[in-house]
Amino acid sequence: MSRDHFNLDGRIALVAGASRGIGEAIARRLAEYGAHVLVTSRRIEGCQAVAESIRAAGGKADPFACHIGDLSQIESVFREIDERYGRLDILVNNAAANPYYGHVLDTPVAAFEKTVEVNLRGYFYMSVEAGKRMRAQGGGSIVNVSSANALTPGDKQAVYSMTKAAILNMTQAFANECGQFNIRVNALVPGVTRTKFAQALHDDESFLAPARARTPLGRSADPEEMAGAVLYLVSDAASYTTGTYIAVDGGYLA
Amino acid sequence: MKPSSSTTLAGKICLVTGAAGGIGLAAAQALASVGARLALSDVDETRGRKVEADFRALGLDARFQACDVTRAASVEALVAFAVAEFGRIDCAVNNAGVETKHARIADHDDDEFDRAIAVNLKGAYLCMKYELRQMLAQGGGVIVNVASVAGLGGAPTLGGYAASKHGVMGLTRTAAIEYAKRGIRVNAVCPSYTNTDMVQRMLERNPGLRDALINASPMKRLGEPEEVGLAVAWLCSDESSFVNGQGLALDGGLTAW
Repeated sequence: MSRDHFNLDGRIALVAGASRGIGEAIARRLAEYGAHVLVTSRRIEGCQAVAESIRAAGGKADPFACHIGDLSQIESVFREIDERYGRLDILVNNAAANPYYGHVLDTPVAAFEKTVEVNLRGYFYMSVEAGKRMRAQGGGSIVNVSSANALTPGDKQAVYSMTKAAILNMTQAFANECGQFNIRVNALVPGVTRTKFAQALHDDESFLAPARARTPLGRSADPEEMAGAVLYLVSDAASYTTGTYIAVDGGYLA
Repeated sequence: MKPSSSTTLAGKICLVTGAAGGIGLAAAQALASVGARLALSDVDETRGRKVEADFRALGLDARFQACDVTRAASVEALVAFAVAEFGRIDCAVNNAGVETKHARIADHDDDEFDRAIAVNLKGAYLCMKYELRQMLAQGGGVIVNVASVAGLGGAPTLGGYAASKHGVMGLTRTAAIEYAKRGIRVNAVCPSYTNTDMVQRMLERNPGLRDALINASPMKRLGEPEEVGLAVAWLCSDESSFVNGQGLALDGGLTAW
């Protein structure tokens, strides 16, 4: 695309859940377009590996450990961002938990709480901390990775689907209230994507076959195809795009 | 690091209708900026020829043929022209459209309604029909329809326009399902009021509307044609390779309320 509008040179971009899968693909793509990417996930090792490989390819990246289910870790990572970079231009909330794959009536309380702590409270306070800095610096862009399950709950994934639906509502709330600060907030709605996170689904042919049959493009997505949508949303090309979502689902929702 | 080549449309043949001004022109410019070669059309031949000359003066490959999208023969001839000139159509941007005068449905002008349906809806249908035939023959392609936020929800005092744009979304979603496995993606952009001549006319007829729209917008401004054009270019590119059957709102958050 046009270098001018898609170029992210000089932007500081935090990608949560970036040690693998969709988050890793997003981190690599943003770095490829010039962003200085802060690669975060719970464990530093995975972040280091991704950051080093981005650097090896000529990009800018630093690893950070941050478990977004833990509010004190969110605070400390933003404190470190303030000290080291003094700004944050882009936040991609992608770190999600889906600890339980089973019947809704058997949902363990611990699984419920973990899913909500990470997917809802984590996304929310990451957005709050990022939004405060973006307001102070005159703008920024947030992308929340939701799921096609937000619109139709996935079988055996009730709590996960509920949190992903709430993320769409949260996206609109932040967009409405932060538009005046030149902060754009959008969501990505991935269909089934070939990642380790979705391995359980890919191993379950009873899930995969009907999902594939219902997807007009007839296949799962590659993580890189999610990155292409995030690139658009965080770039200046999307300067009037806020409060909406892009479904990258091969036509599943059409 | 350089952007990957998959993001460009270098050498791709892009057909744009309603290209003589507004969003169509901005889409053509955005597509050309990432390397596309342009087959341009508009019902206004004089302005269209001027736009063609402007592109060529910049060293860009643009070839114009006038087209009235309400007439099947004219649309068929346009697609034949693009194929004769370039050999194929990789991307088609169906943008030709008209506004309606503001009136509630009980007071809607019948001719205005018919005109909106004829140009915005039947025009998009005819364009898609002949573009799809060509894309099926050549083994794939991308279609981007220019719909509207009035195609996603109700639009008070714009009943005919909203009906036509909802129809465009119906065509978009249906074609996306029908042709996905034939290598054709079909999506739409859904702008709100954008700074174009068409919207200027609408604003001039309705004093106070501009302020009301800006106040209602979370971003406190109207959209710019370029912002719609860049979304079209992204939807035409391989960066959106798994995006299909979507209506992408370009509205500064208006529909998030």
